[in-house]
Amino acid sequence: MISLLQIIGFVFVLFTASRVILRARDKKLKFRETIFWLSVWFVLIFVIFFPELTSNLAKILGIGRGIDVIIYSSIGLLFYLIFRLYVKLEEAEQEITKVVREVALSEKRKKK
Amino acid sequence: MPKKIFIVIAAYNEEKRIGKVLSDLKKKRYKNIVVVDDGSSDNTYEVAKKKKVHVLRHLINRGQGAALKTGIDFALEKKADIIVTYDADGQFLAKDIKEVVKPIKKGIVDVTLGSRFLGNVVNIPTLKKVALKIGIFVVHILYKIDVTDSQCGFRAFSNDAAKKIEINADRMEHAGQILHEIMINKLKYKEIPITVIYDNYSLKKGQSWKNSIKLGIKMLFKRFGR
Repeated sequence: MISLLQIIGFVFVLFTASRVILRARDKKLKFRETIFWLSVWFVLIFVIFFPELTSNLAKILGIGRGIDVIIYSSIGLLFYLIFRLYVKLEEAEQEITKVVREVALSEKRKKK
Repeated sequence: MPKKIFIVIAAYNEEKRIGKVLSDLKKKRYKNIVVVDDGSSDNTYEVAKKKKVHVLRHLINRGQGAALKTGIDFALEKKADIIVTYDADGQFLAKDIKEVVKPIKKGIVDVTLGSRFLGNVVNIPTLKKVALKIGIFVVHILYKIDVTDSQCGFRAFSNDAAKKIEINADRMEHAGQILHEIMINKLKYKEIPITVIYDNYSLKKGQSWKNSIKLGIKMLFKRFGR
């Protein structure tokens, strides 16, 4: 028996996965990132249709319910991704500053 | 040989104050003044330009640390012997520069740091004082440098020190970063008492206490995050 939640979840995953593929086709995503995101969504499809799989994993890890495994690992993943984003953003900011500085200095040199 | 002293000022929307600050500096016969207009939306650039000083312009606002670094780079290109960083909002007194520069001129230290708590503070609000004291404590823990004032914008660097000190923190964390750089490059430094005048204008433009908390957290990140 397939529940409504499973259908919604499935549509959501298909939608996001299609975004990933579109981005990849535009070369906005690197190959490695594409594989990473596709496998995330692939795993989610399994979780949606075979939730009992997660229960087994939960038993192995010593966590109560299958859903908890998903929640814990999602939070972990989210934290990691946010951290990466933070680092990337900081890098981008510094690059912008370098460009702005170089423009300021070279304009000054020109005016001599 | 007389030392070439460069005064670097980062200015962001300071059209009301920058003119007087520059006039005061010129009255004291400082010739090499560098203003970095940090993407101001007002007439800071034009006002500074009229005063016949070096003016550089950031196309967009990148923060005080970034602007100071631009000015320092420029001063180094011009072969400055001593670089002084100074505020654009008229909180400092031009007569203090002489004292701040002196130990570097004599070759005693590489860096001097202005300190409001060794000197005079006029009208400092209590909350700001507390925030600054906490800043000193945080700096003591993180960088193992003992200063009486960790966030003061009045500093002087020898040419050598200015080359060694890396500032890649764009916003207000640069104050902490400079201290960190002093520590890792083993530069000799000294604190010099200076006068800081607080009035409504500078308080409005200055750091709020909320900002101070953010700053503290960012400093932690910077120290342990990489």
